[in-house]
Amino acid sequence: MKTKNKKAAEGLVMAFDVDPRRKVMKKKMSRRSFLKRSAVAAAAATLPLGLVEISWGQSDKRNFTFAYISDSHLTHIKGANFVRNFDKGLKKAVTECNFMSPKPDFVVYGGDLAQLGKREELDHGLEIMSRLRHPVKWVIGEHDYYLDLGQYWQEKIGRLYYSFDHKGVHFVVLNSILTYDSWINKWKSPQERMSNMARLDNPHGSPFMVGDKQIQWMKQDLSKVSRQTPVVVMSHSPLYKIFKPWNFWTDDAEKVQAVLKKFDKVTVLHGHVHQILYNQIGNISFEAMMSTSWPWPYPVSYIKKANQVPRLTVMMNRADPFHERDATGWSILNLDDGRVTNHYKLWENKDRILKYDKKLGYPIDMEYQAPATRIPPQMHY
Amino acid sequence: MKGFGMIVATVAVSLCFSTCLGWAGQVLPLGLPPVPVPGDNPQGPEKIALGKKLFMDERFSADGTISCSTCHIQKKAFTDGLPIAKGIKGLEGTRNSPTVVNAAYYKEQFWDGRVASLEEQAKGPFVNPVEHGLKDFKPIIEIIKKDPDYPSMFRKAFGIEPQGITIDHVVKAIASFERTVISGDSPFDRYMYGRQKSAMSEAAIRGLQVFRTKGRCQDCHRIEQTSATFTDNKYHNLGVGFSLVEPELFDIVEKVKKAKKAGIELDGSILGSKKVSELGRFVVTLDLEDIGRFKTPTLRNVAVTGPYMHDGSIETLEEVIDLYDQGGEDNPMLDSGIRPLRLTDQEKADLVEFLKALTSPEYENKK
Repeated sequence: MKTKNKKAAEGLVMAFDVDPRRKVMKKKMSRRSFLKRSAVAAAAATLPLGLVEISWGQSDKRNFTFAYISDSHLTHIKGANFVRNFDKGLKKAVTECNFMSPKPDFVVYGGDLAQLGKREELDHGLEIMSRLRHPVKWVIGEHDYYLDLGQYWQEKIGRLYYSFDHKGVHFVVLNSILTYDSWINKWKSPQERMSNMARLDNPHGSPFMVGDKQIQWMKQDLSKVSRQTPVVVMSHSPLYKIFKPWNFWTDDAEKVQAVLKKFDKVTVLHGHVHQILYNQIGNISFEAMMSTSWPWPYPVSYIKKANQVPRLTVMMNRADPFHERDATGWSILNLDDGRVTNHYKLWENKDRILKYDKKLGYPIDMEYQAPATRIPPQMHY
Repeated sequence: MKGFGMIVATVAVSLCFSTCLGWAGQVLPLGLPPVPVPGDNPQGPEKIALGKKLFMDERFSADGTISCSTCHIQKKAFTDGLPIAKGIKGLEGTRNSPTVVNAAYYKEQFWDGRVASLEEQAKGPFVNPVEHGLKDFKPIIEIIKKDPDYPSMFRKAFGIEPQGITIDHVVKAIASFERTVISGDSPFDRYMYGRQKSAMSEAAIRGLQVFRTKGRCQDCHRIEQTSATFTDNKYHNLGVGFSLVEPELFDIVEKVKKAKKAGIELDGSILGSKKVSELGRFVVTLDLEDIGRFKTPTLRNVAVTGPYMHDGSIETLEEVIDLYDQGGEDNPMLDSGIRPLRLTDQEKADLVEFLKALTSPEYENKK
């Protein structure tokens, strides 16, 4: 078992929808060939998904379904005005979630409900989320936190880290977007702190961390859990290290991973990266959730007026940016005997399913393995 | 004028020399791609003539008043000019009658694309309780067999005797006729594909530019290199009529799911409900993303085929443009390509001029 895990880690089983670190592709593609391939992809995308009626077997009591909505970044403009595009993403996800059949046991909100941590934004988000017909488990993101250090969140929503048991699975929710006190206290105002944390490629930024206090709590919490019990950890940032300038990163990730090492089945579900992304490190499977607001990476492409998306310093490829909901979405997760099958609901695109492969010992994309069948990135806008 | 026609014809042929010849004897109007013809229903003059006669025959209805051409009137560019189609005894349907002109190019038929072919489409209205109102196809076949002209026409078209005539022959003939109801050669076509730069007004040329850029029209209403059908053959939610279902969306969707599971016929019962009708493409696929989506209609002859939208709720092109300019009607399932455009008054006026330049000569002054 151990060697298999090690092997998987060495292979670094990562599948980026688009690699954020990859620069512009070398090979040029004509519009015609792009359209041709798109047409093929579009034809495949019309396969009826139906009403997400996934026929999971119900024999095992540990087999259940929940939904995951994340990274809505509701942005307050002025008065009762919010950025329309981002409102629409969350509303669409909530509407679709309500139609899930069978009903999910709960819905997880993965953090970054707000853009700049404002009360208006959190209230607005709670109002939209209140239309959900299912109970919600909340994870906080840095955009919810760095204005008032989570004060309003705790008043309105609840604790920043906690655990619960559901049908034989132990869930741990972490506040993984903490950082060094020296950084937190160096700003002139909470607004300045918030906007600096919101910026990518920020030379004055600071990496996320879970912190020793929380890790201690986690150790304590998990000491009561047997190693055979499946554990699902939900955090906003990935509990491993991907790309520091964008804080796709948790500074003390190794410490957290060490606490989880003794368990047979561990899955970390995280938001923050706004893209399909998965990995296996040792015994831990990592899976990113889609955002409802915008995809990372994205290009500076179709901009008629300021689009309110944070400015990026690196140009990126993505699928057709004409459609606001393109490359965004949400997830339906099924837990079968402690392993996650992640059904990505991808708007304007074909849905994808990520499933843990017991033989290989890591999650695999059920369809998008062969490079020849991948949708090529768009080379022009 | 004569010389001009010849130039156009020459250009049309030279532009698409090898691919444009659809079926024998067919001359493609400028700006249109070849008409797709299914392998099991080849075109032929006898069949087309038969189809036209069947299309006009009012006897194929419960009270002998409704033919295909009741709602698809040639003089009105094969529409009825009404917001909502009217069938037997003045009964109203739930959707606007789309034009037959260039319908041959759609990959799927009806506003929700519930059938793939013109042949299948032609069956629907006969047995729809608020259209032709027949219980089944038997009366049609009986009338045909007793008619003085039909038996010989079917013999010529299909090589069959009267006892062999079925509804499939009927709809094949109608579809063959419809495949001849195509029209291009509009000022836009002459400007775009006929290299005749003076064919469109300055305003229309500016409108074309808006259409392709800031107006974001072309993504769905396609213009290709050598021809234009002005459709992407896809389905989109613009929010038109959606407020009617939104408050009860959850319950209506559940009802439709149950009805579909029970195998209830879509055409008559389900779509007879105004609210269910507003679910659009969803009723066909049961895919949530299809809620409130309707097919992108062609824009050819749009100036003479109002009122507009699937429910005929918009009377003028100006109002249609205003709808797009404001980013559709807000709803949770709004198409993500639809967003506020902030067009100027000049741009809106130019767009209208461009849309008017999509009228084919045979339908000019047909409004």
